[in-house]
Parts: sequence; structure tokens; C-alpha cells
Amino acid sequence: MEVQLRDPKIVMKLSKLGSFHQSKLSFLRSFLKEFKDWKYKRDLFELDENGHGRAVYSLSKNSRTYSLVCFANHIKDDERSDRVIATKWDTAFTLHDGVPTKKDLDRLFNDVPKQEVGRLSYKELTLSRANKSLRIFNHVVESLSEGRQPDKNKLFEVGYLYRTTAVYGSGKFGLADRFRIKNRDEICGPFRLEMMLVYLVREFTFDQVNHIARQKNPRKAVSLDKNICRNLGIGNSTGLGMAPFIVNHPTLLNNWILAREISLKKIREIEKVKDNEFELFKKNLIKSQKNITSWNTDSEFQKKKIFGLLKDMEKLINFINDDFNFKGKYSFNELYLWCEKNLKDECIEYIVSLMMEPYDDITNPLVKKMSADEEKHFNIPTQKNIENLRNILENNYSEIIKIDFSKKENNQNYWFISKNKEEPRLADRYLDYGSELEQPLAIARDIKILHERISNKKNSLSIGKFLMENNDLRHVVRRAFISENFPYSEIQDNTIGSKLMPIDMLRLKLSFFGAVKFDPRSDKWLRICMFQGAPLLNDLKSIDDGWIYNSLN
Amino acid sequence: MISLSEIDTTVKRATKAIGFSWGIAEEVGKSISLLEMFGLPGLKNLNQYFKLYKDKKFQNVSLISKINSSKISYCPIISGINFLDQVFTLNEMNEIDFENVAFPILLIPFLSKSSEIIGKKIFLKIDQRKYLLNFNHSIFSNHLDTDVIDKATKVKIIFIENENTFSQNEWSELYTLSKETFVDESEELKQTAAGAGLTDND
Repeated sequence: MEVQLRDPKIVMKLSKLGSFHQSKLSFLRSFLKEFKDWKYKRDLFELDENGHGRAVYSLSKNSRTYSLVCFANHIKDDERSDRVIATKWDTAFTLHDGVPTKKDLDRLFNDVPKQEVGRLSYKELTLSRANKSLRIFNHVVESLSEGRQPDKNKLFEVGYLYRTTAVYGSGKFGLADRFRIKNRDEICGPFRLEMMLVYLVREFTFDQVNHIARQKNPRKAVSLDKNICRNLGIGNSTGLGMAPFIVNHPTLLNNWILAREISLKKIREIEKVKDNEFELFKKNLIKSQKNITSWNTDSEFQKKKIFGLLKDMEKLINFINDDFNFKGKYSFNELYLWCEKNLKDECIEYIVSLMMEPYDDITNPLVKKMSADEEKHFNIPTQKNIENLRNILENNYSEIIKIDFSKKENNQNYWFISKNKEEPRLADRYLDYGSELEQPLAIARDIKILHERISNKKNSLSIGKFLMENNDLRHVVRRAFISENFPYSEIQDNTIGSKLMPIDMLRLKLSFFGAVKFDPRSDKWLRICMFQGAPLLNDLKSIDDGWIYNSLN
Repeated sequence: MISLSEIDTTVKRATKAIGFSWGIAEEVGKSISLLEMFGLPGLKNLNQYFKLYKDKKFQNVSLISKINSSKISYCPIISGINFLDQVFTLNEMNEIDFENVAFPILLIPFLSKSSEIIGKKIFLKIDQRKYLLNFNHSIFSNHLDTDVIDKATKVKIIFIENENTFSQNEWSELYTLSKETFVDESEELKQTAAGAGLTDND
């Protein structure tokens, strides 16, 4: 039986993309599997009694070494901010390519804590900073120094000691360009080095609390229990900066979604699901119910989503227990079709992720296809003609070209780059000034203009000749031809409409990172948690890939 | 050191800021980072060009002909973009001449990309400076200065047919030498070493 890939016009709706969850394809999970047999070492740990100073952690294999260089600083409480406008952080990190020399460390000491205003070199791969979750951090230090473990309930309510507020890579602030490292096998998946940085930072946070507690009370202090450590991840605060990424990288976006869609298709095409495969699915489903109850948020939007997810899960479990026979043919397909008919997107997409769990043989090869050589697809095929372009627009953007942009609500917002922080922002076109400097992120609107512009052009006119007079639409002509070969490259929604929920765009990207505990703080930024439940560095060799469902909450 | 990614992003924004469309700005961002990767002074030339761009008039060529001549200097960006867009028809002309091009170094990345698209090397002559553009993989030149060239009187572009740089005789000599790594087969080996059946009548 052949199952068709899901229709991009449904999958690529923002409300659907904003319901995606982590899966076996997620970058942090594939990173851990790739690096499980790398040698871990703490090369340097020079912190004072307050935990300030520097440390270096490394992962090595054969002749390759990646080193996390950490700088922990003293900052005043009123200087601590997760917003991108902050200029000081509790800690600052960079991932160095190789083993840093003393000279490198001195250079990095001057620049890494400055973050965006510092300069890195081609020897550095990623850059980040993190702030303490002060309440949790102090509680842990206090408890450990008095010889007892911290209150688990308090800890797991938050889920981390530190949260990063940005992780930069790919040539930013002088970091190494992607082309320098793209042929390394171990980092063939997207964002591998960003994941590595965050994972190593997690280890540093445990070492730091243990160190401070010991300094505070050398006789009485105990180390943080390993099981507690495993259940702490690294938080992250993410704002709008991440949203344009998925618009600006259409081939990469396609490859992420396509991997997910191919996985689902292949799973639905399995004629006979084995007992152990279905058991694993069911076991993770039951565990998830418990995990999800620990997703705390004050956001009414997210509370509604979580409530709906739990309700739908219960519905699904009842269905599986009472009415479903997985021993029948194509049982995952049957189950999927039932979900589509009876559940909402939030749960459907959770189930899609869960269905992948038993199938390493399906997901592992796809992980390697989730990067993209974007340059390869940048050139516009100018020898093609208007008929080709019209067909693409009418087939791939049929919903988009129906949007009426003369209506105020469909044209409400515009994206711009803030002069202060050089970061993307969203504003109201009719209330705020600056819309003349709009970024080219209103793809739906511009595609619609393009469709109208070619309406009176001859089918035989070449794209090269069309562009001579229409270069103002060159950016969307390029995208249209990309979408011809990359069906999941385009968001099938209006990114400037009044109903836009920017966090849907963030959520999509973060789900592929492998983030959990989405906690929107507004419709424009949210907090998440990464690596909660993941093995510690010393246990990485014996990683159980289902760690993400093994919460001790 | 400024990374290529930073060059791409900043050039893209600067190109939009000076008045080009976003689509063209994307092309210019990639082009300047390509020039810099090849070690040619792209950013420096672009910066100088943009300093003049607002106050001085430049000629925008649309449909490129075999000979393109203008009293006003041609804009290298519009000329380059249109060359790239029309490369399939321009290829049939074999040689294209431009007279009076502003900041001609900025043409190079568009021609380099064109070489890759069309699958032919492109020879470029900017007055006395020569460049051989090899399928966007490399650029060979007799001019390695990193100065700004604000104007070229004559620019010649030649599509080079895919021909070898060596003679048949030179090839044969080398091929004969390469055969010295082969084993001279006995009659028996001729029958059995290839692994195929001895008869094909089955």
C-alpha cells in the first residue's frame, strides 16, 4: 500500500506548524546519538568561591576536538535580563574548534562576555550566554552547602539552573562560516554545534553549583544527585529573532519537514506492526501524559493547547484500549487516520512524533538529509517561461493567491530590523512608523502581486526577459522556483495578517531543535527547556534514545 | 576578520538601502561574498560604487547586445544581473563587448555564476586585466592588485568552447605511459580474468 505524503497546503499552515513537537528527528536527540562515543574531558576549571572564573570542556574523537570555553561573571541582580537588549550575563560561552591555547583563552576572555559587540574568529564555531534561574540556583546552592538535596518539586517546576538567551553560529560576529566545516561527517545535521554548546553548558551548570556549595561549606556540602542532574536541562528564552529564519531558508525548512513527512508516510505503510513496536509507542504515550502535566505556563493560549492535548490523549488511549486492534494490517495508518478524524492538531502532531519512536531504521537515514546546500538552489532558472511560473503559483500557492490584501487585517503587520539590536521585529503598519523599511518577509502578499503581474503576460515570455522590468519581485520569483522542487519550503499562510501568531513560527523551529515545555510569555516570545532528562556526559555511551520520555517528575 | 556570512548579510542590506530591490540585493550579497572568497576586492569596490551611486547617473542596460556602448557608465550590478538572466541567449553570441563600465570588478561574480550555469569557461578582459572564470569554482587572473577600479573603457566577455588545453599527441603520449601500470594477459587469463562466461549462447 502506498500512502501519499501529507499535503503541504495543510502541513505548512502556521497553526499546524505551531503544533509540532520534538521527535527522533530533533537536532538535540540526533546530536546525542552522533556524539555518544566521543571522549569527554573537563580540561580547565578555575572558578573562585562565588563560581566566577573560567572553565573548558571538550569532546574528542580521533584527531577532532571541540572545546566549550566558559566564562562565569559577577553581575548585579538588576543587570540580569533575558531580553536581547541586555549587555551583561551570568555566563558567556563559545565553542572553539580544537584545543584553545592560552593565547586563545586570553583573546576569548576579552570578547566572549561582550557577546554581540565582541569579535570572534574562524576558530570559534558558536557563541552563547546564559542567565541563572536565580530562585532555583540559590535554592540548590543553599541546599547542597547544608548537606541536603534540593526540593525536587521546586526544581522540576522550572526544569533548569540556567537559561540561554541566544545561541549564535554560522559566521555571526566573526564566527566560522558554515562552508569551513560543512563537510565534517559528525556535524552533518543542522544546528549540531549549537546543540553541542548547550549540552556542554548543562554540564558546566552542575559543576558550578557543586563547586560553590563546596566552597561555602567544605565540611558539610554534598554534590547534586545524578538523577536530579539528569532531570535538569537548559532553559532558553527565545524571541522574534528566530522567526524570519524559517522564511529565509526555504530549502532547509523543506528538508526538515520533508524528513518528518517521509517518516510518517513510511510508518503508515508498515503492513505488520510488531508487538514490541506498538508496546514502545504505547509506553511512551502513557509516559507522555505524565510529562505533559509538568509543562507549566501562565499563557492562556498555551494552557488551552496543553489542556486540549491531554484531553485528546486520554481519548486516544481509551480508543486504543477499547476499540483498536494493532494486530490488523497497516495499524499505524489506521491509527493516524483515526487521529486526523478525532483529534486536534496539537495531539495529532504529538502522535506523529511518538509513532517514530520504534523506527530508528526509518528516521536515522533521514536525519542525514536535514541539512541543505542552499547556494545550489539560489539561481533563478531564467530560461523557463511565464507559463512555468504561472503553473507553480497556481499549484503551490493556490490558497495564498486567494488572500485579499486590500483588506486592512490581511496587511496589518510588517517585519523590520531594529536599529538598536539589529534583530527582527514585528510592528503594526497602521500604528507604527517605519513600514517603508519593511523586510522581504511578506511572502504571501508578494506572491499575490507576482501572480497579478504575470496575468497579462504571454506564456512564452522567458523569466529572464520578465525580470528585466520586474526585478522588484525577483525575491519571490526565486522562491516560486524553489518551491517547484521543495514542496514544504513555503509557509502556506499570511505572515503579516492581524491573526498571525509569531510564536507558531518559533515553536516550529524549536520543535525541530528538540525543545519541550513551551511557555509563551507573550505572542512574540517564549521560554523552553532543552536536554531535560538527557544522559549526563559520563553516561552518554550507554544512551537510551527514549530518555526524553523518562522524566522523574 | 569579517566572515563571509556577515559580508553577505550587510551587503544585502546596504544594496537595498541604496535603492535596489530585495531580490537584486540578495544577488549582490552573495556576489560580494563570492568575490571576497576568491580573494578579489569586492567589498571595497562596492563601497566606492555606492558612495557615487546616489549623486551620479549610471546606465542600466536591459537587453544585452553583442556590442553595448554608452556615454554614461554602465551600472555593473544591473549589467551583471541581466547578463546572468540572459546567459542562455548571450552564449549564442560567443563574444560580448561593453564600453564604459563603472566598477567592473563587480561584474565578475555574475559572470562567474554564468560560467557555472552555462557549463563553459568565460574569458573576461577589463582593459588590460585578464580573468578566466572556471565554472564558478575558481578565477585565474593576471591581475592580483586589490585596488578599486572605478571604470573600464573596454570590457570583453568571451564564452570559451569546451575544448582541451592540450593536443591529441600530448594526450597519446601520456596515455601510453599510463598503460605501463597494466598487466599483459596470458591467453588463459584473457579467457577467465574478466569473470564473464566463455559462451554467451545460454
